[in-house]
Amino acid sequence: MTRLLDFFRFLGAQVVERIWRLGYFTRFAVAVLFKSGAALVRFQLTLREIWFAGVLSLIIILVSGLFVGLVLGLQGYEILQRFGSAEALGTMVALSLLRELGPVVAGLLFASRAGSAITAEIGLMKATEQLKAMDMMAVDPVARVVAPRFWGGVISMPLLAALFSSMGIFGGWLIGVVFIGVDDGAFWSSMQASVDFRHDIWNGIFKSIVFGVAVSLIAVFEGYDSEPTAEGVSRAITRTVVTSALTILALDFVLTSFMFRGIS
Amino acid sequence: MNRSMLDLWVGFFVAIAIGAMLFLALKVSSFSGIEMQDAYTVQARFDNIGGLKIKAPVRSAGVLVGRVTDIHFDNDTYEALVEIRIDGRYTFPKDTSAAINTAGLLGDQYIGLQYGVDERALSAGDTIKKTQSAVVLEQLISQFLFNKAAEGQDKE
Amino acid sequence: MSDDNILVNIENLQFDYGGKPVLRGINMRIPKGRVVAIMGGSGCGKTTLLRLIGGQLRPTAGKVDVAGETVSDMNHAGLYAFRRRMGMLFQFGALFTDLSVFDNVAFPLREHTDLPPALIRDLVLMKLQAVGLRGARDLMPNSLSGGMARRVALARAVALDPALIMYDEPFTGLDPISLGVIGQLIRHLNDALGATSIMVTHDVQESLQMVDYIYFISEGRVVAEGTPDEIRHSRDPFVHQFVEARVDGPVPYHFPAPDWSHDLAAG
Repeated sequence: MTRLLDFFRFLGAQVVERIWRLGYFTRFAVAVLFKSGAALVRFQLTLREIWFAGVLSLIIILVSGLFVGLVLGLQGYEILQRFGSAEALGTMVALSLLRELGPVVAGLLFASRAGSAITAEIGLMKATEQLKAMDMMAVDPVARVVAPRFWGGVISMPLLAALFSSMGIFGGWLIGVVFIGVDDGAFWSSMQASVDFRHDIWNGIFKSIVFGVAVSLIAVFEGYDSEPTAEGVSRAITRTVVTSALTILALDFVLTSFMFRGIS
Repeated sequence: MNRSMLDLWVGFFVAIAIGAMLFLALKVSSFSGIEMQDAYTVQARFDNIGGLKIKAPVRSAGVLVGRVTDIHFDNDTYEALVEIRIDGRYTFPKDTSAAINTAGLLGDQYIGLQYGVDERALSAGDTIKKTQSAVVLEQLISQFLFNKAAEGQDKE
Repeated sequence: MSDDNILVNIENLQFDYGGKPVLRGINMRIPKGRVVAIMGGSGCGKTTLLRLIGGQLRPTAGKVDVAGETVSDMNHAGLYAFRRRMGMLFQFGALFTDLSVFDNVAFPLREHTDLPPALIRDLVLMKLQAVGLRGARDLMPNSLSGGMARRVALARAVALDPALIMYDEPFTGLDPISLGVIGQLIRHLNDALGATSIMVTHDVQESLQMVDYIYFISEGRVVAEGTPDEIRHSRDPFVHQFVEARVDGPVPYHFPAPDWSHDLAAG
């Protein structure tokens, strides 16, 4: 009987803790938005964070995009030629990249490259009392440190996703047209005929914007909320990557079910 | 990393990303419904539209001339009422007929316009009178089997 | 001492952390222009006291008045306006690791003033000259020694010429030379700026040489106070233990535990 009560007590404590943390996260998110003035007016602050989140992620995004495209080209051709429709390779590569793989894989890479770096930086600033020192100098750390990193991530993510998709399509073209010998004209025209700008490309960009907001917010929150010790910071980094990955995949399902419902 | 180098790299990054977006917009995709000029809407009634969907292409002589914008069921005549938006650059005679065709054997369905002989042109709000319903493959097959069976009975 | 000469007035200050009392009624009156040391063993709530004065924590009861205003009654904007007239040196300097020495000292000036870059440069070099590190302006914080980092942080803390400077353990982890340098700098900057300094430390010998007044805190209360001379000749057992660094005394060597023979028998 007491074991049962203990179990319910444990369950209740877990639920209360989760809800409390969610509320805290929401308040933090609202505070970041309200204190974004400096990050947007003194844009140099945000520019530096675009450099950290965007430019430094370029290599991993471009290389991964290329390889994903190459694999899509190989596997796609292998399957499509069984049905005698190898010309549809362009369509298959482009649609899978633009709708799903581009935003999702770029988002996962962004979370592990830029998101973890953002958490580490803010966490270390907290652990070494830099945030407290800033607060004592009458400079709001949320406005000066958190908001520029958030916006840097939000701006970088859709750009990275677009680069990832373009690189992937290039990779698919390289395998399909250059190495295997699918007709160049058929590759591009079948792609153009079935990829719709608003429906496919814009929805993909919209997804990447949503993922950018989610990952950046999780990264700055975990850093700001981390325990101010070396161990606490490393735990926060792990949480950023895990939470971001799960959030991206869950959001992707929700967004996809809204965007592509009832349309073939 | 001094400031001008940072600005340069960020500028470079944003420029190639915008280049990638332009590539996606211009080379990879087409704008549906955006490039149509002075489009006009006409209606057509079908007994059966098969698997026709909104945004399906409307073609004449194989060329894309418009899109299906709305499909609903008319409860008075028990027919499907299909709205078609046609690019304003193209005009068709008033007695043009519409048929629901299939691209390839199992491909998507589209509306094909077959021109008529009337001197007046089809204009906004008009209804296409002559229509040909979608070919439903199952019906076709069952009809074929039924005929074969009937032939077999005749021979006996 | 007349009332308008008092810069910081602390009355019956109490603070609980997670239901556990940390401060249990502190009273202090710190006059303008003085350097005051607050001493006590590790974990006795000294740093908490500084954060209460700076408004980063809210007291459970009692109040802190600085220049006649109650810190805990200030709103966010008021608190930030108040902190611009206040400098703080953190335990390990808390320099911004992504900024150079120059940019660290320039940080408060750039954030709070619209001064032209040339003037900011002059002001920063002036502050760095005062701490003897004008030549280190282009170094990054991770290439500084502990003592140098502390001096840069000191230059940053006084960048806006504050009326009140607080030091959190300024001597921790320094070699004897750096320790003496920091001690002299604190005294010198305080007198040159006409500021008031509050220093939290457990370094007795260094403090006795340079401060005007000392408070001893133990278990959340002020247990002794006086000028360095009074402290040196104090008969108070706590002060005696602290100054002479005795192992046992009013501050027990043993953490509270059940009777030793009882524990042995239980095994």
